[in-house]
Amino acid sequence: MISVGARAATRGKRGRKRSPRPIEVQFRTIVSPHQLNSRWGRRIYWIVLTAVLVLFTTAFVFPLYWMVTGALKAPEELAQMPPTFFPADPTPDAFFEAWDLFDIGTLLLNTGYYSLGGWIVCMAVDVSAAYALSKLRPAFGNVILGMMLATLMIPAMVVLIPLYVTVVDLGLLNNPWALWLPAAANGFNIFLLKRFFDSIPRELIEAAQIDGAGPVRILRSVVLPVSRPILGVVSIFTIVTSFKDFVWPLLVMTDSDKMTISVGLSQTAGAVTQNQVMGGLLITSIPMIIVFFIFQRHIMAGLTAGSIKG
Amino acid sequence: MQILRRNLTAYGFLCAALACFTVFAWYPMVREFILSFQKTDLINEPIWVGLDNFVTAFQDPAFGEAWLNTLEFTFLALVCGYAVPFVVALVLNELRHARAYLRFVVYLPVMLPPIVAVLLFRWFYDPGPGLFNQVLDAFGLPPLAWLDSSSTALISLVIVSTWMNMGSATLIYLAALQNIPPELYEAAELDGAGIWKRIRHVTIPQTRLILLLMLMLQIVATMQVFIEPYMLTGGGPENATVTVAYLMFQNAFTLQDYGSAGALGMMLMIVLLVFAAFQLRLTREDKA
Repeated sequence: MISVGARAATRGKRGRKRSPRPIEVQFRTIVSPHQLNSRWGRRIYWIVLTAVLVLFTTAFVFPLYWMVTGALKAPEELAQMPPTFFPADPTPDAFFEAWDLFDIGTLLLNTGYYSLGGWIVCMAVDVSAAYALSKLRPAFGNVILGMMLATLMIPAMVVLIPLYVTVVDLGLLNNPWALWLPAAANGFNIFLLKRFFDSIPRELIEAAQIDGAGPVRILRSVVLPVSRPILGVVSIFTIVTSFKDFVWPLLVMTDSDKMTISVGLSQTAGAVTQNQVMGGLLITSIPMIIVFFIFQRHIMAGLTAGSIKG
Repeated sequence: MQILRRNLTAYGFLCAALACFTVFAWYPMVREFILSFQKTDLINEPIWVGLDNFVTAFQDPAFGEAWLNTLEFTFLALVCGYAVPFVVALVLNELRHARAYLRFVVYLPVMLPPIVAVLLFRWFYDPGPGLFNQVLDAFGLPPLAWLDSSSTALISLVIVSTWMNMGSATLIYLAALQNIPPELYEAAELDGAGIWKRIRHVTIPQTRLILLLMLMLQIVATMQVFIEPYMLTGGGPENATVTVAYLMFQNAFTLQDYGSAGALGMMLMIVLLVFAAFQLRLTREDKA
């Protein structure tokens, strides 16, 4: 009631017809609600908001718009100066041409196969390791965990060469296991999973033990069902990472019928017209953008929970 | 007896992970060390050559330039990719509208495969009909050579790199900012602190650890820059964008000289381990 009265009073004073709507404040930040809702505060706020919206859309959405419309333009229109903002005669030809030229069907299938296979291997290896370290507590468990975490300190590019040499020695070139096994050696996943498993109440496990359940049974029917959130986060990150990976597949999957889509694109990009390249890029981005739309909340949560607590 | 059995089951569950880590993580670290003292092309038997690989690496005319470029890239990428996201996060945290949209949009490039971002920007940088020069032209500015001139090539790489990576830094900062207790701002305000002072005396001290941690992480990440020079410039023009990781890749996979690549890798590893050690200490402090 008071606020309505106050609003009516200001309206009367300024003699305006439309009452200025206060900006809602749910949580306090640097700028105080009072300052924000002062006359100048509100003006500055709307100016900043508009500027940020325009800037962000230009910087992050417009390049994607340009990619999509570039793919829809004919090669002549694409080379035209100044460029057209809307494609004059949009045709999806570039997609079909790109699809054939790059053999995108095979590349996508390969990439999907490597991602899914990598996910299964990674989950099997990391979940069982985290379970052993968290619930079975073997001798030297902490040393092993420490050594696994220590690998996170070693930058990926630095061990690229010896890892490649190792894979060559094992004869794993052009074999999907060369992608899957190194990815499964992920100390971070094991750490995240172990930390979550640690938080599962002991009583739950003990009750299952009294019922005569063995370790495998406990993992399957007690631990895994309650760990859905963390399993989801780890799964999404594993799949997204393997889909985005470039340097490692470039080295170990060299046969043209075994390449991933990123590598395949990089190899053919110089030899085809620009609108076909854009078509190929668009097709490559679509799976990740779909994943992002579906799992947005999990990805954002995982990013912040997974990194370090603030 | 029971203890033995429990340990056996535990190691049963662990054996797959132990095998993976041994072969694909721990052994390669040792192998890096061995490799840097060997001459090998992966076909003939490796020969021990002592410090020869390090000497070869040092004598490479591109060696000094590669380190300088890497440092310059790291510095520029920190200015763009470390400071800017913090400012962006500060502003985003103040906004009350379109929050979900803005967070979504800033993270969108992070989801794209890096090759997409890189090839997309290669097209934007095109000196002829490329988008960037067209925009400059629309404002009546002279065109730039972007990737083709040694003065702009490196910064062009920094721009791509920042565009595709800044989303995750921004969101991590944003999460840290949202953890700051509002009472602190209220108290500061009662003490008469203006907006700048609130940032200096509340926001920055409260996010100090994450700021330092991100600094270390970003240094380690940007010093390994590879895909941008590999796809966009091939190290050129005139070695202006040769980075250490790129040089290492070249030595190994173009010249088949895995030994000197290993030596370069060792040097990079030693430099990066210093930052990793800092990071480790900070993480400990964070937990304490």
